[in-house]
Parts: sequence; C-alpha cells; structure tokens
Amino acid sequence: MLLIPCPWCGPRPEGEFVNLGEAVPPRPADPAALADDVWVETLIMRANVRGPHVERWWHQRSCGRIFAIERDTLTHAIRPLDPEARP
Amino acid sequence: MQRYSIYSLVRNALTHHEGWQRAWRSPPLKRRYQVVIVGAGGHGLSTAYHLAKEHGLTDVAVLEKGWLGGGNTARNTHTIRSNYIRDVSIRFHDVSVKLYEQMSRELNFNILFSQRSMIDLIQSFGKLRDLRRRSLAMALHGPQYQLISVDELQRRIPAMGSLDQVRLPPLAGMVHPEAAMARHDAVAWSYARAADARGVEIHQHTEVTGFVRGPDGAVTGVETNRGTVSADIVALATAGSTSDVARRAGLSLPLVTRNLQAFVSEPVKPLIDVIVNCPDVGLYLMQSDKGEIVIGGGTDPYPSYRQGSHFATFEDTVASLVELFPRFKALKMLRQWGGAIEFAYDASPIISKTDLPGLLVSTGWYGGFKSIPVGGLTFAHLIATGTPHPLAEAFGLDRFTGLKFLLEAGTVAQR
Repeated sequence: MLLIPCPWCGPRPEGEFVNLGEAVPPRPADPAALADDVWVETLIMRANVRGPHVERWWHQRSCGRIFAIERDTLTHAIRPLDPEARP
Repeated sequence: MQRYSIYSLVRNALTHHEGWQRAWRSPPLKRRYQVVIVGAGGHGLSTAYHLAKEHGLTDVAVLEKGWLGGGNTARNTHTIRSNYIRDVSIRFHDVSVKLYEQMSRELNFNILFSQRSMIDLIQSFGKLRDLRRRSLAMALHGPQYQLISVDELQRRIPAMGSLDQVRLPPLAGMVHPEAAMARHDAVAWSYARAADARGVEIHQHTEVTGFVRGPDGAVTGVETNRGTVSADIVALATAGSTSDVARRAGLSLPLVTRNLQAFVSEPVKPLIDVIVNCPDVGLYLMQSDKGEIVIGGGTDPYPSYRQGSHFATFEDTVASLVELFPRFKALKMLRQWGGAIEFAYDASPIISKTDLPGLLVSTGWYGGFKSIPVGGLTFAHLIATGTPHPLAEAFGLDRFTGLKFLLEAGTVAQR
C-alpha cells in the first residue's frame, strides 16, 4: 500500500487516488501546425523509466486535486514535488 | 541432439542416469554473428528456433542477462487461449494454440500441454454483451466460444460455493474449449534445446549494455559485459525491459511497464479441472498438475518495474476469490510474485523494424506466454526476409504513425 502525499490533504492511502501516468509536457497549442509524426509522438511516446519517474496523481475520491510527484518505479520510494509548479 | 523417449529413459535408468547429455551447449562467445537476439525467454528462443528451422539461419546468438527462461517466461500463469476480438488477434493467437498442440511432438520435449478449456464467469450484462460479440467475431475465424447457463457453470465448476450471497451473481458462462496450460519452463527449455541442436548459440549471463552504431546510425552490434559482438541484425525480445534496452540505442517506444502479480496455494486434491476467469471482478484461477491453485488478478494501477506482490491488488483479488469460492478461505498461500509486463499504447503486440536500420523489436506482450510459438514464427520471418509475416502485418510500429490502433482490451490483466 502506497501513501501518496497530496499537497492539500497530506499523505493518504493510494486507493483514494487515480494514477494519471507519466507527467508529459503540455500539449502543443496548435496540433494542426505539427508534422504528423511529431504529433503522434506527443500523443503516444512514453519514457517508461526504470527508476525515478515524475508522474501525475488525481485525488479522485477526496479533494479532487491533480498534482505531480516523483516515484521510483523500482522501489516505490516517493518524493513530493513543488505543489505550486504546474503538474 | 539426444532424443527423449521411454526407451532413452529406460536405457539411462539402467546406466544410473550417467549418460544424459546437456540439453544445450555453452560455446565460447564469438565476435560476430549474422543475427543477435537479446533475451533468452520464450519469445527469443522461439524466434531463434524458427530462424534456424524455416529460414536456415544458424549463425545466431541468443544473449541473456540472467538465466534462460528466468524472466517473464518464469513469472506468467501459463495460460494459452485465442479468445480475442480483433480479426488479426484472433487469427494470430489461433495459430499459436495450434503450434502449442504440436509442440511436445515437434520439439521432442514434454511441455505438459493440457487443453482443459477456459470458462469466463460473466457477472454483468455489459460483459455478457461484450463476450457475445467476441464469440461471434471468433466464430468467423474458427476458435470456439460458447455461452452456457448458470446451472451448467455450477456443474462444470463444482468447487464454486452457493451463489446466494455473491454481490454480483454470475449470469452465464462462456467456454473456450481450445484454452490450455503448459509448463512454462519446459517451453523455454524445449525451444532452447531444439534451437541449439540446429546450431544456434545461447549465451547466458551476457548482458547487453549498449549498441554499436555504424556511420549511418545503423545498429551493427552490441556491447556486452563479455565484450563487443557485431551482427547484421540485432533483435530485441526483452519483455518488460524493452524501453530500457531500446533507450541505450536512443530509441523510444510507445510502451508502459506494469507489475502483474500471481500467487499459488499449497497443493490440494483435484478441485478444478478448467481455467476459471472472472473478468468482471479481476480474478482468474486454475489448478496445476501438482495440485496448487494458481491465482492471478489485475495489474497494479500504475507503471512499475517492481516484480513483486502489491498488497492492495492482492487483497482485491483474494476478496473476489473467497466470495465465489468460500471454501478457499482455508487455503494457505505458498508463493507470490510479480512480472513486469509491457503494454503498447493500443495494448497489441509490436513485431517490427524500427527507425534504426539493423534493430528489430518484438514487444508489447502482455500475456505473451500464449503467443510464444507464433511470436517466434513471425519475428523470425521479419528478421530473415525483412518483410512482416502475413499474420503479423498489422503489428508494425508504423501503425501508430497512421493512428491505426489495434485496441485489444478485455483480459483480466487489462482491466
């Protein structure tokens, strides 16, 4: 059982959260202006790292906040990130 | 290759079992091969075997970081089936089931193949509609998938308890008679032995740490902990770690790795003679020939390379188990483990060339045990001829660029 540090509620059990996957950069403002392969890469490519992984979580069954943390995909060690930064 | 038979068993018994040969050689690592396959699991070894058998390519080395068949080949729940929804997936896995049926005979190795059928327990109307549709799609291609009543369900699975107190009482069942199980180690060993007999070299404890690149960027070999090996073609069959290995060549792939766990009980008397799958609650179970109940559930709900047991998922799976099989509350669990499975963006496999000339991948196998024979057959075809096998034309990486996804959800693992 993981304890996920929600910036609003504090550490809460993982069952309250939904993992939203890797924290990818924001979508390009004008996808139509991109070449097809660049757009597809933006949509589907994931680093899928073994080790420290910056990812988004959604505190769905509580405050509803979406935030980013760093979790090691091998050890599950968690490091909170700056809650003011864009997740 | 020393042939295995009742006569060889008797003959060797009479000579105190001192006459058995090694099942495969351990030759010295050469500096150059025509084809290097990275990963000696089921898919890598099956690919090597089919390269030698169908294409006459024997200057092949299979490099393995750990020991042969010690990755996901050792960590799956050895189920073989072809109940898929997409035309290409049904045809692909149907061929795999047929190759499995012949495998013990073809490779002269008893893989303990047991075609005992799988029964899906349907506990919601949405799932009932979904599986009815799937059975009609499968009827177009051959594999069977038959609807049965709750009475028939209870007759075929007598170990199931009373259904009065079940939160989602079963509405019907769906039987897939071709579904089977086989000993997973034996599958890896039989392919290794057969490939070795045809001249393929298997090198264990040989980790690929990097790639050798030509002046045009093409992959021309691999760096290993035992030195550099050059090759015309490098083929990745590194289930679970493909993102990591491909990254060493500067290649990104649309994959996410997750942990899928399973556990087995102590051995008990024969209770269940079919594979039971409950897609609505995320549970499947079967009884191995040793008598252990093998139980699996859904994947952990986030990316993970942990390869361990995750308690929240374990609890979820066991709660579903004891509701349908209350007498299993008395079972003691012996072992639990996890495997790292890779999902492609559309959850279908990838058997493809890459942007790097000389580097090919076979990946995205969640539930890859069932596709070992056909995965090897089609990957070997791509390696030897440079063109995709007709069964696997849809599994190229180019499908993503054209957004031609092959969405293939619907197993327990994908829930």
